[in-house]
Amino acid sequence: MSTKTDWSADQPIVSIKDVYKSFGELEVLKGINIDVMKGEVICIIGPSGSGKSTLIRCINALNDINSGSIKVKGMEVNDSELDKLELRKEVGMVFQQYNLFPHKTALENIMMAPLKVLNQPIKEVEEKARQLIERVNLVGKESSYPGELSGGQQQRVAIARSLAMNPEVMLFDEVTAALDPETVNEVLLAIKDLAQKGMTCILVTHEMGFAREIADHIYFTDRGVIVEHGPPATFFTEAKDPRTQEFLSQIL
Amino acid sequence: MKLHQKPKTPTDLPVLKPFVVAGSKTWSMETFGTITADRRILVAFAIFLIAWLSVDVVYAQIQSDANQSAFATLVKWTPLMFLGPPGELGGFVLNIVVSFIAMALGTFLGLWLGLGQISLNPIIRRSSWAITQLFRNSPWLVLLFYIMLLMPFRVTIAGVDFDIPGWWKAAFALSLPIMANISEIVRGAIASIPTGQWESAESLAFSRTQTIWQIILPQCVKRMLPPWMNWYCILTMSTPLVSILGVSDGMSLTQDALAAESRSEFLIPMYLWLMSWFFIYSYPIAKLTRRLEHRFAVNE
Repeated sequence: MSTKTDWSADQPIVSIKDVYKSFGELEVLKGINIDVMKGEVICIIGPSGSGKSTLIRCINALNDINSGSIKVKGMEVNDSELDKLELRKEVGMVFQQYNLFPHKTALENIMMAPLKVLNQPIKEVEEKARQLIERVNLVGKESSYPGELSGGQQQRVAIARSLAMNPEVMLFDEVTAALDPETVNEVLLAIKDLAQKGMTCILVTHEMGFAREIADHIYFTDRGVIVEHGPPATFFTEAKDPRTQEFLSQIL
Repeated sequence: MKLHQKPKTPTDLPVLKPFVVAGSKTWSMETFGTITADRRILVAFAIFLIAWLSVDVVYAQIQSDANQSAFATLVKWTPLMFLGPPGELGGFVLNIVVSFIAMALGTFLGLWLGLGQISLNPIIRRSSWAITQLFRNSPWLVLLFYIMLLMPFRVTIAGVDFDIPGWWKAAFALSLPIMANISEIVRGAIASIPTGQWESAESLAFSRTQTIWQIILPQCVKRMLPPWMNWYCILTMSTPLVSILGVSDGMSLTQDALAAESRSEFLIPMYLWLMSWFFIYSYPIAKLTRRLEHRFAVNE
């Protein structure tokens, strides 16, 4: 079924090359290059309005790009011929506002896409959904509606819902930004668990401590460009660019 | 109390302060005890109805020298006004039947028209918009006349003649403005669903059609139900329009009954009698609509 590409595991699973994107007059991305290998955890940090969210929304074609190339498992995201459904089976996304389906229970939220999009048998889907509920530590909340769950619980359901599609890459768009401080940790733990089990993750985050702990590589963006990047061990202590230094001094 | 008091907060605008006219009684909510404002209106209307009805019946009685009492006349005509001529569909019941059919058809067509209004195909989108605007902004009576005149009274399908009763055509005509208004309700409800729902469905590989039918529309039902019921009430109230086009509904049979009696003093009680049926039918629906509106507003 899947689109045939010449991608092999030794190539980056997500490859972003010279990407430009503007909303009307406003240039949001000005030549972004990022390569992500399978199993890598990438954190994108930077001040508000620097284009981080736009960038990861471009990866699963929620926003289109003006020029450049984004390849996911060899599929050109910017190609108008691309079967977007094939792309989105490979890329899961979790949003800041959770965006759970309010008319469905937690379990139904997780089951919906595999049932309706992949047409998998209901028994199999339900079994897997229950495993995912367990994985994000929400046993007992299967039949709760999103409105009855806390922000942290909803966000964990959202993570499980994305995982139900068996994606190769997970995108996290400031997933803890709307949460109460006391529930941030439970969500971060769920993501950490994923990362440790080898899921390729691209996170936009303001949680510097978390980024430092789990990221393989950190990118700092400002005004549409990547100002600086590096592994967390050196990124936080040896930032060279004055903009990075200023940002880090404000946030740490 | 003086009318011209110096305001506590200075203003250069003339302000009329609340005042009590000397000798007038003040009355408040307490006067009615624990009856709610809503029930007061119903009680007031019932008293008004009974009073008017009895005054008119008595008046008609005094005025007339006929051998039949006004009340007996009302009773005599009630089966016809309510059920129509024996063996035929008519009267007030026909009003309700027409309202059901027009609502069902209007809802079905309106749903598709509303979806057409958000179509990605510009031709479908613009034509749906145009149809919606046309039927939403046309007088119902004009639409009724148009359909009655345009639609044939008999169609021949595969050599068999089918008569189309006038009330079928009337129901179809009334479904058109309902369709247009439901179309707007559908469009508005879809627009009111946060874009995050679309985006999360999209990122879960749902197609647009799947997203609309499985994620967006189910969430719209709650939002659409109160305005939908509201339009049903408006439609029911409008069904007597069909009497102008010769459909034997409650209105036209009431006119027939009055013509047969040829006693003008029965005019008011008989129309009032008919009106009370509409009221008794619609009021609970209106009340339920309000309750749902309130409940959904709290839940969201």
